Amino acid sequence: MNKVRFGHSAIPYLFLLPQMLIVAVFFYLPAGEAVRSSFYLEDPFGFGSTFVGLDNYRDVLSNAEYRRVAIFTLWFTVLVAFFALAIALVLAVKADAVLRGAKTYRTLLMWVYAIAPPVAGLLGIMLFDQHVGPIVKLAALFGWDLRVGVNYHDTAFAMIVTAVWLQIAVNFIFFLSGLQSIPRSVREAARIDCRSGFRRFWTVTFPLLTPTAFFLVVINITYALFDTFGLIDLMTKNEPGNNPVTLVYKVFLDGFRGNDLGGSSAQSVILMVVVFVLTIVQFRFIERRVHYS
Amino acid sequence: MAQVHIDRVSKIYSGTQRAVNDISIVIPDGEFVVLVGPSGCGKSTLLRMVAGLERITEGTISIDGRVVNALEPAERDIAMVFQNYALYPHMKVYDNMAYGLRNRGMPKAEIDQRVREAAKTLELERLLERRPRELSGGQRQRVAMGRAIVRSPKVFLFDEPLSNLDAKLRGQMRVEIRKLQRRFGVTSIYVTHDQVEAMTLADTLVVMNNGVAEQVGSPLDVYKRPASTFVAGFIGAPAMNLIDADVSDDGSAATVGGAVIAPLEHSAILEPGHAVTLGIRPEHLRRAGANEKAEIELVVSAIEILGADTLAHGQIGAGGPGKSNLIARLPGTTRLEVGSKLPLAIDRSAIHLFDRETGRRIVSDKASQTEVTPRARLAAV
Ligand SMILES: Nc1ncnc2c1ncn2[C@@H]1O[C@H](COP(=O)(O)OP(=O)(O)OP(=O)(O)O)[C@@H](O)[C@H]1O
Ligand SMILES: [Mg+2]
Repeated sequence: MNKVRFGHSAIPYLFLLPQMLIVAVFFYLPAGEAVRSSFYLEDPFGFGSTFVGLDNYRDVLSNAEYRRVAIFTLWFTVLVAFFALAIALVLAVKADAVLRGAKTYRTLLMWVYAIAPPVAGLLGIMLFDQHVGPIVKLAALFGWDLRVGVNYHDTAFAMIVTAVWLQIAVNFIFFLSGLQSIPRSVREAARIDCRSGFRRFWTVTFPLLTPTAFFLVVINITYALFDTFGLIDLMTKNEPGNNPVTLVYKVFLDGFRGNDLGGSSAQSVILMVVVFVLTIVQFRFIERRVHYS
Repeated sequence: MAQVHIDRVSKIYSGTQRAVNDISIVIPDGEFVVLVGPSGCGKSTLLRMVAGLERITEGTISIDGRVVNALEPAERDIAMVFQNYALYPHMKVYDNMAYGLRNRGMPKAEIDQRVREAAKTLELERLLERRPRELSGGQRQRVAMGRAIVRSPKVFLFDEPLSNLDAKLRGQMRVEIRKLQRRFGVTSIYVTHDQVEAMTLADTLVVMNNGVAEQVGSPLDVYKRPASTFVAGFIGAPAMNLIDADVSDDGSAATVGGAVIAPLEHSAILEPGHAVTLGIRPEHLRRAGANEKAEIELVVSAIEILGADTLAHGQIGAGGPGKSNLIARLPGTTRLEVGSKLPLAIDRSAIHLFDRETGRRIVSDKASQTEVTPRARLAAV
């Protein structure tokens, strides 16, 4: 460990300054502004604003529509995180069995998966295209008239499938490298100790993968909550009326379509609290989590 | 407890190169066999084939009379101790030992009894609730041993289990492993590249080179009658002096560049002019007495004083065509100076003779021939 000592100089702070500036301009300022405006009723035509205390929060939380969206968001998040993780884990375990020892293949595969997400995203959306999407055609074969962007449940289905599809790649990479970092001899010892491969996976491999898995759970929840904005926008085709949306998308809808800046700010503050809690849970857990080495 | 029969076993990883090439060994019940050889000679590969961690390309391995080629490691009734111990990092010491037993569906009470007994034997009782990362290297090693013992397997397999320990601990554990193995009487195969470990632990030593078993025999046998120049150079420290020589015209002596350097007993089977390699252990060279004929004269180039012994490094036949390096192990009281000439006498009986072309030992009569042929000793069991 090399520790550079700067004495009492201001140099370390100087180094930090650009980073701090970015954080301040792009996070603290807008966040502060959101908190402030969540206490005000903004005039839709921009003629000043009135302080209303917690009224915005009260309105939001007592709104049936908001609760409906919150429940959908919860389901959406749970399903997306679960399937994205489960499918990626299965794929990673299969890939790991093939790749054991073959470092070249591993790197190549990582490359493919690192480049793939944007392409995969486009593909995912095309799969559900009303006119050329193979999934739509497949559904039609079974007599299911899949109408994404029109039918509430069909849209929800397409959103979940595409969101899962998009996230699998990232999860796969993390799971695979987690699997590959389990020492070969530990797995071999387990092969001597336990005949059933299935049992071996749940008693040795998976426990050793939990640090990775937990990290990914948090990443996936955050992803499903926040990073699916663009996807939802595309799928609902700007007609959110009868379509499912998540809380983040509703912030946008209410603020910029409904011109209810106060209510929308209150919603974003609520979401900030959710993120805050998630972060705390993560740190707590990681602190307590055993780090195997 | 079981006999292990390795029958014409080969391993090909890819292409045509054989990591293990046609090895046959019969290991009697309760015997401690050490596989020794330089890095990459195929020791681990052979051991892992016995364990079932590596597929057997050719040949068969049987444990207790049952061919195990197609069996999973867990079905072979073996236990293995790995070089880096391979403990389960997420399990406590207790569970590390109990894991294998639980998977076999053993009753809880019996598991507990076995684990506690092994912990007592290995002085691990106070560590049972710890996790591997909270243990020292030596303690981890003990846990790995414990995990092997609780299973009471038919065969113990060790792959360089001590090489991550410091010298002192290694010495202690060596003695302990031998004691444990005697006590439980379990057939054991132990891989090492450390010849001290090999010599002290083995009932039977298998010296491997390039995937081939160069020699199989008791440690003393291998030391006294190395079957090839490779074994001669590998077993013993400092290594045996190997000198290229020719058989003299009357077959009574080995000559280097025309000068006689050693008398020979093998005249009956050697033709004059035969190209040989002469092997003389450093400890079989001694300073010639005042009225004794010195066979060779060593020009001392370096001296290592070890206390009990002094090692004299130097050259013989300096300046001539038969110039060759040599080490002599002399009593610690010997006074020497660099650059001086040291007259040395050799015991005839201590000279090893190898065919220079094949590297194989040349034996003087039939009786000793059977003793040094690989497999002969064990195949008879
Ligand atoms: N999985 C593998 N794939 C291809 N070749 C291998 C593999 N494992 C070992 N080898 C090769 O087989 C030969 C024997 O290897 P092995 O591990 O048995 O040597 P070793 O005697 O145990 O050496 P060391 O003392 O260094 O452990 C080596 O040449 C090695 O490169
Ligand atoms: Mg090895």
